[in-house]
Amino acid sequence: MSMLEIKDIHVYYGAIHALKGVSFEVNEHEIVTLIGANGAGKSTTLNTVVGLLKPRSGQILFEGKNINSIPANKMVSLGMALCPEGRRIFQQMTVKENLEMGGFTRSPSEIAPSVEEMFTRFPRLKEREKQIAGTLSGGEQQMLAMARALMSKPKLMMLDEPSMGLAPILVEQIFDIIRELHEAGTTILLVEQNAQMALSVADRAYVLETGRISMSGDAKELLENDNVRKAYLGS
Amino acid sequence: MIFLSNLVNGISLGSIYAIIALGYTMVYGIAKMLNFAHGDVIMIGAYIAFCALQYWNVPPLLALLIAMAFCTLLGITIEGLAYRPLRQATSLAVLITAIGMSYLLQNLALLIWGANPKNFPSSMIQIPAISLFGEQLRISGVTLVTILANIVIMILLTSFTMHTKLGKAMRCVSEDRGAAELMGINVNQTISATFAIGSALAAIAGILLCSAYPTLMPTTGSMPGIKAFTAAVFGGIGSIPGAMLGGVLLGVIEILGKAYISTELGDAIVFAVLIIVLLVKPTGLLGKPQREKV
Repeated sequence: MSMLEIKDIHVYYGAIHALKGVSFEVNEHEIVTLIGANGAGKSTTLNTVVGLLKPRSGQILFEGKNINSIPANKMVSLGMALCPEGRRIFQQMTVKENLEMGGFTRSPSEIAPSVEEMFTRFPRLKEREKQIAGTLSGGEQQMLAMARALMSKPKLMMLDEPSMGLAPILVEQIFDIIRELHEAGTTILLVEQNAQMALSVADRAYVLETGRISMSGDAKELLENDNVRKAYLGS
Repeated sequence: MIFLSNLVNGISLGSIYAIIALGYTMVYGIAKMLNFAHGDVIMIGAYIAFCALQYWNVPPLLALLIAMAFCTLLGITIEGLAYRPLRQATSLAVLITAIGMSYLLQNLALLIWGANPKNFPSSMIQIPAISLFGEQLRISGVTLVTILANIVIMILLTSFTMHTKLGKAMRCVSEDRGAAELMGINVNQTISATFAIGSALAAIAGILLCSAYPTLMPTTGSMPGIKAFTAAVFGGIGSIPGAMLGGVLLGVIEILGKAYISTELGDAIVFAVLIIVLLVKPTGLLGKPQREKV
């Protein structure tokens, strides 16, 4: 069964037509990636799914239920979490507070064990527990942003450009974590400019081009596709 | 000794500014808007307390609670009716709405209570004055209560924002509204709660202000409101300790300026100091520089 189904959504920023009828789906236990150039509408798509932007037309179905009119702050209780572009951690709060905010909708008794779980998964964060998040390095901030999103125990985890601005070794680490999450049973929707990495980790992929899906298919096949190689992989 | 007495009076006046400044600074920090009607909520709070004491003959503590409850509802109503519909509007539109709201409240007060000043009853705070240094320094009960109230409010508010769920939600909304929504925080409710707290504090400030300066009229709140706004900017708008520091310093500067430089120039000195501070440190004394998001 498809966990997330997007049907022909159109999204506008004022007069700008950002998404021109995007449709795709994410099945349970899949890693699906949206790749595409800057400005293709990748982040717009995720922000629309999570309710920060509202589509002018089209449908967003989560576990078969239309969630078009559900406000962003209710999405996390439905079981989806977005680790946003640029991390957007709470810079002036401590690492631990950031994690606790990730569990905002859960009962207080569940938060402490989940924080410990995150510290086990991300030992670096444990070392920095009481540090103000704004003072973390880029890689640590990305891990914090992912851990914060995981604090809500999402069924669908959406990641927006998790590799952005990180050194290659950190990018490897981030993708290892994505694989681990997937193996632990989380469904993942990944938006990336780093098409090589994204396609190598994903099951299926969609290519976004100026607000439209221009190609889709098995991630490994797209990795071998000549057009994709030329446009996004630089060879 | 006269200097010490002036200093205490300055701290007392500054404490009132600080409590008002908290309302400005919290709303600015969380809703990113300047609520210029805040000064007039103070005036309304004072009128409500006045009515409670004068006409309904309730005990002072109950009068305080009635005024706080009324202002809380007033704050939530103002936010919901006037500011919430403008959440996506430009900040200029919101600012002008706030100024309009300020005049609306003043004129409503004029309509209800008339233009004649009311004499705020001294029965509100009945604490005897204390004398220090063998009668040389006399501190009135109102002064004592004001300074004490400021300290208590500051401690409570700081621990509220640091340790409670709502307080943490406020800090999140203040930093990044979108990210706060992703956490499941209801931004509108959080902003509403901020207005509620700010307005309840405004009621306290109104009562303290009118206990110290008992002339109550529809414009009573506007000058202290502007000065408290100045204090909030002075201390670093958005910062709770900044509002405290800015308020107290502003009160002290005002009283000392009036006492030692010129009575007429007291207010001018206050604003001159603000300008100098902002030239040297544009974010205010305790303000954090705004980081550009990349």
